[in-house]
Amino acid sequence: MKKLRLFYEEYNKRPYQLLWRHFITQHFALFGLVILSVLLLLAVFSPFISPHDPYLQNSEVLLLSPSWQGNGLVAYPFGTDDLGRDLMSRLMLGSSYSFGLAILAVSGAMLIGLVLGILAGMTRGVQSSIFNHLLDLALTIPSLLLAIVIVAVLGPGLMNTIWAILLASLPQFIHGVGNAIQQQLKQDYVVAYRLDGANNWQILWSVVLPNLWEPLSLLFTMALSTAILDIAALGFLGLGAQAPTPEWGSMVADALDYIYLAPWTVALPGLLIFITVLSVNLVGDGLRNAMKKRREN
Amino acid sequence: MSDLIEVRNLGKTYRKATGLFKHKEIRALQGVSFTLQAGETLAVVGETGSGKSTLAKLLVGIEQPDQGEILYAGNQINCSEYRKTNQFIRYIFQDAARSLNPNQKIAEILHAVLRYSTVLSAEQREQKISQTLRLLGLLNEHANYYPHMFSGGQLQRVALARALILDPKVLILDEALTALDPSLRAQIVNLLLDLQQKTGIAYLLITNQLRLVRHFADQTMVLHQGEVLEYGPTAQVFQQPKHDFSRKLIGSAQY
Ligand SMILES: Nc1ncnc2c1ncn2[C@@H]1O[C@H](COP(=O)(O)OP(=O)(O)OP(=O)(O)O)[C@@H](O)[C@H]1O
Ligand SMILES: [Mg+2]
Repeated sequence: MKKLRLFYEEYNKRPYQLLWRHFITQHFALFGLVILSVLLLLAVFSPFISPHDPYLQNSEVLLLSPSWQGNGLVAYPFGTDDLGRDLMSRLMLGSSYSFGLAILAVSGAMLIGLVLGILAGMTRGVQSSIFNHLLDLALTIPSLLLAIVIVAVLGPGLMNTIWAILLASLPQFIHGVGNAIQQQLKQDYVVAYRLDGANNWQILWSVVLPNLWEPLSLLFTMALSTAILDIAALGFLGLGAQAPTPEWGSMVADALDYIYLAPWTVALPGLLIFITVLSVNLVGDGLRNAMKKRREN
Repeated sequence: MSDLIEVRNLGKTYRKATGLFKHKEIRALQGVSFTLQAGETLAVVGETGSGKSTLAKLLVGIEQPDQGEILYAGNQINCSEYRKTNQFIRYIFQDAARSLNPNQKIAEILHAVLRYSTVLSAEQREQKISQTLRLLGLLNEHANYYPHMFSGGQLQRVALARALILDPKVLILDEALTALDPSLRAQIVNLLLDLQQKTGIAYLLITNQLRLVRHFADQTMVLHQGEVLEYGPTAQVFQQPKHDFSRKLIGSAQY
């Protein structure tokens, strides 16, 4: 019977296939992944597929209601804003600011955090301990506050927001990667590789780094959901994206004056922020569950 | 025959920090001497915390001794250069599953061993791997499996393959057989004995299963709180234990 287990479907998968199998059994997580993929496509291709010019002001259709309401037009499915700009085109382009730039910022933070985290994780002693305590200190400050402080220093604007978010999410990556590496180095199999004759670099390269993808992807989803919220929050506060840029947070802020007159101009970008953050969290949760299930097997 | 391993008056003390400036000393091993010859098996028994694993770690170089010396085939080698010593002495972990990287195929693990520690070409490595797998009753296809696809007994064989692929002269088994069920244990023990007959490899068997010791070992050493209580041929140790403690230990195993 022992042999039989070997050829049993479930066990005959590579570790990443196994992870995927556990992931797709969770329908909410899969749903989140689909939404994120659509958003990613939108973020990349929105300039080519948006029905109208998102910056074109049309004084004939000011504050037009969405097409599903009585006086809406099919040509403007989500209605228009106070300057007569097509809301759908603006929301589509907004995905590349609110979602696409968040991905870029977090990816940048991940790359830098990976390098610094490796340095922190592979060294021991006083230096590394001081470094870690400083990081702990940085981690106790809420990332939004950190981002606001950084923007206050750099000055408002979309580009500075990106830098602020990159810097604000850096500590958690360094800390997470460092911890994950320390965790790995404690494992028996690392000692086994040393006995096999591997030196530090070989262990880092062929054992620690390949096993780092999992903690890294979890860190990525966590940082991404805060980054999206932070970009929106900074935009809302007027510190991030500036006036004509259709960033979702700043769109909410701009439309706030018309909330009674044209509630959809506030509701739609707000809803998109909510859905995006929810999907990121669903995917992150799904990943975590899949990893747990795989470990239990 | 020459001694493969000669250990003289080996001692190890762990220092554990209990406060900022204070530390507690734990004498894990003290005044241990023995010799191990080719084709021979030395069993090390003792209660938990008696220093068995410490002895294994010192021999294989994971820890450095404070006292005494270890001679490998008559020479003193710096053990922390694993590349040089791992062709001579190999260590098998208690838990095979935890000593294998879950994200690497068996072939990759075995290739890595040969790449790190030998100068074989890729083809020669391939050949050596399939030869070693066959020796341990594994199939060539198993090379493409990940650790989670194996059963416990097969994992133990994989761990053995990893150790034996470098053709060591000495193999240390730290409770490596304890976790297996009896029939599997018997299988692997027979395999090991076969191998010993063919190649003259020496084993250092660390275990608490005295029945296995009686069946397997030529020499037996009883450790108690880091000191050697008994050391001699297995039959002699079992029939005429010198110390009270070892008498109790051996008595408890009769049932
Ligand atoms: N890294 C370490 N640091 C401090 N003390 C240690 C360390 N390793 C072992 N010890 C101590 O040394 C003593 C001997 O430990 P060892 O692991 O050799 O025992 P053992 O005989 O292998 O026990 P077991 O049968 O439970 O495996 C124990 O008291 C243990 O607490
Ligand atoms: Mg032990």
